[in-house]
Amino acid sequence: MSSLQAKRGVLVLHNILPALALSLLLAAVFWRQPRAMSYFGVNLLLNLAIPLMFASLAQMMILAVSDLDLSIGPFVSLAASIGATLLPTRPALAMLAFVAAVAAYALAGALIESRRLPSIVVTLGLSFVWLGCAVLLLPTPGGLAPDWLSSAMAYRTPWLPMPIWMALFAAALGHVLVTRSAFGTLVRGLGGNPTAVARVGWSLVRLRAGVYALAGLFGVLAGLMLVGQTTSADPNIASRYTLVSIAAVILGGGKFVGGYVSPVGTVVGALTMTLAASFLTFLEVAPDWQVGMQGLILIVVLGLRAAIDRLERIA
Amino acid sequence: MKTIVQKVLGAVAVGSLLAVQVPASAADTASKKIALSNNFAGNSWRQAMLKSWEKVTKEAVAQKVVAQAPSFTTAENQATEQAAQIQNMILQGYDAIVVDAASPTALNGAIKKACDAGIVVVSFDGVVTEPCAYRIAVDFKQLGEMQIDYFASRGLKGNLLEVRGLAGVFVDDEIHQGIGDGVKKHPEYKIVGSVHGNWTQTVAQKEVAAILSTLPTVTAVATQGGDGYGVAQAFKAAGRPLPVIFLGNRHDELTWWKEQRDASKYETMSGSIAPGSSTFAFWVAQQILGGAKVPKDMKLPLTVVTQNTLDEALKNTEPGGVVNMEYSQKDVVDFLAKLK
Repeated sequence: MSSLQAKRGVLVLHNILPALALSLLLAAVFWRQPRAMSYFGVNLLLNLAIPLMFASLAQMMILAVSDLDLSIGPFVSLAASIGATLLPTRPALAMLAFVAAVAAYALAGALIESRRLPSIVVTLGLSFVWLGCAVLLLPTPGGLAPDWLSSAMAYRTPWLPMPIWMALFAAALGHVLVTRSAFGTLVRGLGGNPTAVARVGWSLVRLRAGVYALAGLFGVLAGLMLVGQTTSADPNIASRYTLVSIAAVILGGGKFVGGYVSPVGTVVGALTMTLAASFLTFLEVAPDWQVGMQGLILIVVLGLRAAIDRLERIA
Repeated sequence: MKTIVQKVLGAVAVGSLLAVQVPASAADTASKKIALSNNFAGNSWRQAMLKSWEKVTKEAVAQKVVAQAPSFTTAENQATEQAAQIQNMILQGYDAIVVDAASPTALNGAIKKACDAGIVVVSFDGVVTEPCAYRIAVDFKQLGEMQIDYFASRGLKGNLLEVRGLAGVFVDDEIHQGIGDGVKKHPEYKIVGSVHGNWTQTVAQKEVAAILSTLPTVTAVATQGGDGYGVAQAFKAAGRPLPVIFLGNRHDELTWWKEQRDASKYETMSGSIAPGSSTFAFWVAQQILGGAKVPKDMKLPLTVVTQNTLDEALKNTEPGGVVNMEYSQKDVVDFLAKLK
């Protein structure tokens, strides 16, 4: 009985940790700067988390099938570069480029399944392909996002600031797609026990290709949103997304193997990671300590996650 | 009664005197807050840049010129991270943001937001393309052209050797073009050889040594900084007469120059970009807040060491470092006055 209660307690902790970390960071910011507690403030604090949420959802799809995507950062950069070069002048060609990019992702997924290749190797290789394509399109930083995209990202949403609406939307989308749908069950099955899924008669190649295609689609969305915010692109604009998106998924309660992922947690994780990297502006920390402190915050947050996972195993 | 009137008059006189002394910062900036957004702190230039900022702004805060001037450095040298940092600064209510940017374009969205919130944005070194920001760019062309001008002012004639930087890098190309422009202006010079020294003493020495035996007498050497000492060593090893080598403000170059000067009255000149350019940007921001009219695009003045300033420059430079210069409010006021 008591062990069951302990188990339940740990599970609650597991689920609320991302929200808890986010609330703590937000509380610290609001305490230091009450001005941030407003429509305008929350927008400024969190709007750069919007593209990261979608990049993290892309990473979550890949982690759900027990793979790892080391190319999502450069892929988002490429999507942003297309958005700032081809999209305003030749929209049809830009759409074609996006479709080709998503198809390349799907192909990578099929290849990883059929040839039994390690995803880390394939995606690491792809990351250089994406970077190369982005540099070809945009040899020096520049370009201009189309007006409709920039104004869409600057739109003043009613009632709540845009990052909150987007977080709700992304979380709901992910939840329906991965946690509630039949497709989601299959995806998590592929991550946890591929043999069982294959024995029931599903084509693992097609399934993995589909998961990768979805990840590519999320990546394209992230790139477009990012370039809409910055209005101009750089071939390296999102390179940090690769590692930050992994951290967001893990922080949100996902695991590297076994098909355990949480879309809601991932979205909250992306918000937390965005805030963790920049909120030191609010605590006047001496310049010499700033860089180290940022790392320390991440270690503490991810360390808590590891500690809770350990508790779960014991309980 | 009389005495009180005199006192009041005296106070007015003192007040107007003070106002005359600092005309350019007429509007009071004592309540203003200026923040530095920096993307990277991992090399000696950036470290010196941050130190200069801290030193100069601390004094400015103590003298109540501005209220606050903290610096913030991002951990990963990434544009999205710096954009978030700048947005946080908007929330913090800074009146001006000085930026050394990770990308010339990727911060534009955040910088536009800052401008829209009425914040003055001054970018330097790593400048940004967003039109609402001020840019203090480095004039690398000028760094090339001034070398040839200096040789001409010395009355030198004949063959030049050009030592270039890292091939394919924008800075190398700019300095090279400046040297080309200088030679066009002074037809008495002919570039007889060109090597890539990669801004590194050892590489410059090796490359110059390799080409030297094929060259006629060289009168002067145009360089890009970080390579002058290596060039001198190559000439010495080959037993050739020492040409006039333009130096790049590095400590080892200046040390060598001093030795040569003391031994044989060797004369040359040295120029580069000072990490203290952050303090230049700081005062520009302060002047704008004070109501000064400032053009959106400015060229950062080069820091030059001459025969007369050599001893002082060397004394104030750490071994392994570059000559630094911290700008004062007066320097920037004078600079802006000259632009008009």
